[in-house]
Amino acid sequence: MALLPPEEGWYFKRVAKDEKMWIAIALVVCLALFFWMIVWHVYGKQNPSFTTYRTTPQEFNALTQAFIQKYKIGEEKGIPVVEPPPNSDVFLLGKMWAWEPILVLKKGQEYRFHISSLDLLHGFSLQPVNMNFMVFPGYDYVLTFRPTSTGEFYIVCNEFCGIGHHMMIGKIIVKE
Amino acid sequence: MFRTCDITGLKVDLRAERLIQLNAVMAVVSLLIGVIAALLLVLTRWQVVHLLPAEWYYRVLTLHGLNALIFWIVFFEIAGLYFGSTVVLNSRMSSPKFGWLALTLMVLGFLLVNYTILTGNADVLMTSYAPLQAHSLYYLGVILFAVGALVGVFLFFANLLIARKERTYGDSLPLFTFGLVAAAIIATLTLATGAVIYIPTLLWSLGIIKTMDAGVYKLVWWGLGHSSQQINVTAMIAIWYLGAFLTVGGTSINEKVSRLAFVFYVIGINVASAHHLLVDPGPSPAWKVFNTSYVMYIAVLASMIHAFAVPSAVESAQRRRGFTKGLFDWLKNAPWGNPAFSAVFLSIIIFGFIGGVTGVVNGMEQTNIIVHNTLSIPGHFKGTVVGGTTLAFMGATYYLIPLIFRKKIAFFGLAKLQPWVFGGGISLLAVSMYILGAFGVPRRHYDITFSGGPFTYTFNPATDFFWVLFAIGGIVTVIGALMWILIVVFSVFFGQSVRGPQDMQLQIASPPPPAKEHHGFEAPGTLTLTLLFMGVFLIFLLLNWGWLAAMWEVR
Repeated sequence: MALLPPEEGWYFKRVAKDEKMWIAIALVVCLALFFWMIVWHVYGKQNPSFTTYRTTPQEFNALTQAFIQKYKIGEEKGIPVVEPPPNSDVFLLGKMWAWEPILVLKKGQEYRFHISSLDLLHGFSLQPVNMNFMVFPGYDYVLTFRPTSTGEFYIVCNEFCGIGHHMMIGKIIVKE
Repeated sequence: MFRTCDITGLKVDLRAERLIQLNAVMAVVSLLIGVIAALLLVLTRWQVVHLLPAEWYYRVLTLHGLNALIFWIVFFEIAGLYFGSTVVLNSRMSSPKFGWLALTLMVLGFLLVNYTILTGNADVLMTSYAPLQAHSLYYLGVILFAVGALVGVFLFFANLLIARKERTYGDSLPLFTFGLVAAAIIATLTLATGAVIYIPTLLWSLGIIKTMDAGVYKLVWWGLGHSSQQINVTAMIAIWYLGAFLTVGGTSINEKVSRLAFVFYVIGINVASAHHLLVDPGPSPAWKVFNTSYVMYIAVLASMIHAFAVPSAVESAQRRRGFTKGLFDWLKNAPWGNPAFSAVFLSIIIFGFIGGVTGVVNGMEQTNIIVHNTLSIPGHFKGTVVGGTTLAFMGATYYLIPLIFRKKIAFFGLAKLQPWVFGGGISLLAVSMYILGAFGVPRRHYDITFSGGPFTYTFNPATDFFWVLFAIGGIVTVIGALMWILIVVFSVFFGQSVRGPQDMQLQIASPPPPAKEHHGFEAPGTLTLTLLFMGVFLIFLLLNWGWLAAMWEVR
C-alpha cells in the first residue's frame, strides 16, 4: 500500500513462492559475478594493472625524453617514432593535445607501458581494439601489454582535456 | 493552514503545497534548459550536421549535464520529499521558513552555475575533474545548491518526526514514504561527500590551496557523483510503487521484501561508486573488486527485487479484478490510457533492460576496459536516469498537476502519447549510443574525424548507421520532453481548475477485492518477464566477456 500504512501483520506475511524463487536466482547470479572477477584475475589475460608509481610531470617528462633518445628511429609529423625492444619499459606521455612518442612494437611480445600526463586527466583509448584506461598527472600507470594483432592502432583521448581535446590522437604500429 | 483534498481526502498543508509547487516549477525550468542543450548536442555529435563550434559544444555539454542530471532531478526530488512527508502522511510542514531558505539557496546555486557556464567560465563538464579548473563562482554555485538541497532533506526528516509525534498516520510509514526515507539517507551521505570535495576545490580555485591531487579528487567526487544517481534510483522506485498503487490499486505481494530492498540500497550504494575508478591508476584490484562487486551487488540484488515486486503488485491487483486468463491478460487489460501507468511501466522496462543490464557490465572490473569513457557510458545512463528516473517523474506529474496544482491536464490526448514518444526515443538513443561506444566512439568528444589532429582514424563504417539512429532517437526524445513541458506549463498556468473528483481525468484506483484461495504462483506473468530479463542479462554478459577475451593481453 504505497500511499497508506501497511495492513496489520504485514511483517509476518510469508513471501510468495515465485518471489522467493526469483530472489534466490538473482542472489546466485550476483555471487557468481563477484567470484568471476576474481577468477579472471587468476586465469584471464585482460586485467587493469596492479602497479602504479607516484611521479611528477617533470620527472615523467625527463624519463620519456630519455626513452625517446635511446630508441628513436625516425619522425612522423614532428612526433618521434620509437622502437623499443620487447620486454622493455615503454614511456607514453599525454599532454594537451598530443601523445608522445609514436611506438613501434612487435606482435606477441610484452611491453611494460608507463603512462602519465603532463597536465590534466586524459583517456587512453586504443582503437580499433577498444581498450580504455585513465591517464593522470602525478601517477605513473604501469600496464603490461602484449599486442595480439598487427597493423596501425590509434590512441584516442577520451577524457575531456580542454578545447583541443578532439585533436589529441596518437599512434602505435604493431609489426609481425 | 490546511485544505482537505476533495479527491483523496488527505489534508494538505498549504505552506508545504506552495513549496512543492515552486520546487516543481524550478525542476521544469531546469529540464527545459537541459532539453534545449540536448538538441544542440545531438545535432553537433552527429557529424552530418555538426552544428556547434568546439568550445560551444563543451560548454553546452556542461550546461546539459548540470541542468538535466542535477537541477531537474534534485528540484523534483525536494518537491517529492515535501509531498511524501506532509501530504501523504496527513501532516504539516515543520518549518516553512527553512523550506524557503532551502529554495533560495538552490535557486542561487542554479543561477550561479548556469551563469558561469554560459559566460564561458566553467567549461569543465559535469565532473569538473581537477586539475581542470573553473571560475570560483561555479564551485560556489554548486556548494550553495547542495547546501540548499541538504536543508530540504533535513526538513523532510523533521516533517517525519512531527508526523510520528502527532500520530497523523498508522504504526508504519507508507511504502512510498519509506522509499523516500532511503533516498533521503543516501542524499545526506552524498551531499556530505560533495562538501568534502567541493569546498577544497573552491579554495583551490581561489588560490588558497596550492595543488589538487587528480586521483584523490576523482575518488571523492564519485562519492557524490554516483551516489547522487542512487538517490534518483531510490526516488524512482518509490514512484513505481506509488504508480502501481494509484493506477491499479497494486500493493506489494510482500511489503517486507520491498522494504528490505530499500534497506539494501542504503547499505550497498555509496561504496559502489568505486566502479568509476576501475581503470584508474590509483586503487588496487582488491579494492576495485570488493567495492564494485561485493557491495554493488547488494544494490543490484535490491533492484532485481524491486523489478519483481512492482510488476507483481500490478499483476496481483489485476488478477484479483478478474483478469486471470493466461500469463499476460492482466497486462493487456492494464490502464494503458493513463499516462502515469504507461510512464511507470516503460520506466521499469527501460531501466531494467537497458540501464540495468549495461550497468553491470560497466561495473565489472575487467569488462570496464571495453566501455570506460566511450559513448556506452552515457548510453547506459540514458537508460537509467532518463528512460528510468525522468520518465517516472514525468508520470508522477500527471497526478501532481490535478492534486497539488489543482489544474486539469491540458491536451490530455497528447499526454497519453507522451510517455511512448519519450520512452521510445530514449530507448533508441540509449541503445545506439551503447553500440557506438562498443565500436570505440568516445564520449565527450567534439569531432570524431579528428580534424586538426596529427592523424585521423575512421571508426567502423557500421557506426554511420548507428549515428542515424542516434540522431533520430535524440530528436524524438527531445520532442517527447517538449510535449511534456508544454502539457505541464499550459496546465499549470493556463489550465482549467479542478473543482472536484469529477474533473479528475486519471483514475485513482480503488483497492481490488481480496484474494481468493489459490494454488501456484502469485504472479506467473511477472516471473516470466523477470526470467526473460535474466536471460537477456546473461547473454549480454557472455558476449562482453567473450569480446574482452579476444583483445590484446594486458595486466
